[in-house]
Amino acid sequence: MTLAVSTSVEPETQIDQVIVKASDINVFYGDKQALYTVSLHVPQNKVTALIGPSGCGKTTFLKCINRMNDLIDICRVEGEILVGDQDIYAPAVDVVALRAHIGMVFQKPNPFPKSIFDNVAYGLRIHNIATSKTELADRVESSLRSAALWEEVKDRLDQPGTSLSGGQQQRLCIARAIAIQPKIILMDEPASALDPIATAKIEELIDDLRQNYTIIIVTHSMQQAARVSQYTAFFHMGELVEHGKTKSIFTAPNDERTQNYITGRIG
Amino acid sequence: MTDTFTKRTPHLARRHAREIRFQWLGKIAISIAVGFLLIMVGTISWMGAGALKQTQISLQVYLDPQEIDTSAVEKADYGAMVKTALRATFPEVKKRRDTRKLYKLLSSQAAFGLQRQIKENPDLIGQTKSVWFIASDDVDMFFKANITVDTNGNAGKLDEKQVQWLATLDKSGAVRSRFNTGFFLSGDSREPELAGILSAFAGTTLTLFVCFLLSFPIGILAAVYLEEFIPENRWSDLIEVNINNLAAVPSIVFGLLGLAVFLNAFDLPRSSPLVGGMVLALMTLPTIIIASRSALRSVPPSIREAALGIGATRTQMVFHHVAPLAMSGMLTGTIIGMARALGETAPLLMIGMVAFIVDTPTSILQPATALPVQIFLWADSPERGFLEKTSAAIIVLIAFLIAMNLIAIILRNKYRQRF
Repeated sequence: MTLAVSTSVEPETQIDQVIVKASDINVFYGDKQALYTVSLHVPQNKVTALIGPSGCGKTTFLKCINRMNDLIDICRVEGEILVGDQDIYAPAVDVVALRAHIGMVFQKPNPFPKSIFDNVAYGLRIHNIATSKTELADRVESSLRSAALWEEVKDRLDQPGTSLSGGQQQRLCIARAIAIQPKIILMDEPASALDPIATAKIEELIDDLRQNYTIIIVTHSMQQAARVSQYTAFFHMGELVEHGKTKSIFTAPNDERTQNYITGRIG
Repeated sequence: MTDTFTKRTPHLARRHAREIRFQWLGKIAISIAVGFLLIMVGTISWMGAGALKQTQISLQVYLDPQEIDTSAVEKADYGAMVKTALRATFPEVKKRRDTRKLYKLLSSQAAFGLQRQIKENPDLIGQTKSVWFIASDDVDMFFKANITVDTNGNAGKLDEKQVQWLATLDKSGAVRSRFNTGFFLSGDSREPELAGILSAFAGTTLTLFVCFLLSFPIGILAAVYLEEFIPENRWSDLIEVNINNLAAVPSIVFGLLGLAVFLNAFDLPRSSPLVGGMVLALMTLPTIIIASRSALRSVPPSIREAALGIGATRTQMVFHHVAPLAMSGMLTGTIIGMARALGETAPLLMIGMVAFIVDTPTSILQPATALPVQIFLWADSPERGFLEKTSAAIIVLIAFLIAMNLIAIILRNKYRQRF
């Protein structure tokens, strides 16, 4: 962390500490290039929104950060991504350890077809985090509380996670992700499959989580980006067009394409 | 415009007619399929039902203490005693040729039953005892199959005199029909009245056991590896094409492979359930792999992403999440493969499981035969008595199949999970 932290009281002028530094990222699916020299700095303990029209590469970029793109045989990533000061594409990096530090929440709620308790406990078990049964139960409870789900499910922890409503399932997935105490949480359109009330709950939750986690969220909804994020990056046709504080992007975009997208002329 | 929803335009009427025609075609198709099934099961049951009954003839046997040595009961000549008893029942039969015909009324192995009785109860020695003997297959058929007596007095393979003797016996109440326990409790025999299903049943059970133990774990592991681990490239395509082709290879080819490799190269015991099971496992593997792969493919990718996203290794992802969800599909594939293996004759012929096996195999290394092979052997026999045995063995085979499917359904429901 080389960036100096300003001691200024005014948050608007504070220079945030950077946790993810992506430099010159090119991504190819076979012969097709999906991202063109994307460089982006993600500040710590802030919500960064990735916006842009469909197929612009924002989810591709998100999946580079926890190397979920590795699962696609034909996908090739060039460039460097530093998390803290470590290059996550270095040959010695273990993706399993990486993903334990960078959690992910997906577009469609995808709880395991197991009990609510086991859904949250799974990560703790495989990473051998809890040493005793009581510790396991405590951590499950605190994760569910952090995900604002505890009050709704505390009497039915043994019921399948799939029996919850869509919004509850998504909060369960968030609880599952934060149970193993990652530094960063990636969210891929976490509210796109939910109704407005459930969406509002998720957004509220994201705002709370930013105290302890760095959040990078892909969203289609510009209103959502404006509501939850402090920083916004606008992607278009595989390029990072513009990125900066959410307020300035939405009020005074530098690029014409950003302007057009925000005003609804493209996308 | 009041009749907008009630008026049938010619075009609408044509569409409805097409609908009705199609439904009728569907009904006809189903009736044909069910009809043939009923005809098949019906005729087999009708023909096989006879094998469950057995004709027995009662004789007064004098258990001569001079003939039976009490220290070695089993060594006495029980055959002679039975013959004496037959001659005593029909004292008017004197000619040598006629007495031979008389003896043919009983099964050639009838004396064994008597021997067993004396062995269990030596106190009977010295008494005159009324004993039921198994009738020969010709007599059995005469009573079961309603064979008509022709103008010369002959009936089937029985001649005029034999028919008369049987009539006499029947009148005196010395002929009865009993449930044929021997069919389920004894092995194969040259004599239809003695032939049973047990050795073939045991052989099939052992063979399928070996087949399952080999093909299930190998098939599942191969499918998991191919589906979840191997990167998609030219090699994986090649493997996939080859597995699909293997599933369509005629089963006798696998028999030839077993003969060349397992028997000739590895020198494993011929005719044994071990080799039979290995050959059937080879045949079943492609089916299991293909079905398991499609079961794995049907597990939504979101489950995989969820597991990997939280930092599970691929192996943890597969064995904690994907495989349990695919288990019901994998079991279904296994049962389909095993059911095909159950009915397979050709590959077993190649490795010598076609032999005439009387003894019931108790280990996978002993010579054995299998149910479909037994059916094949009996269907080939000229004796009329084997006709009903063939059908009865088919019933046993079908019952075996239904039992296997039942187990599959129970397991499938047990492992079924929502996702």
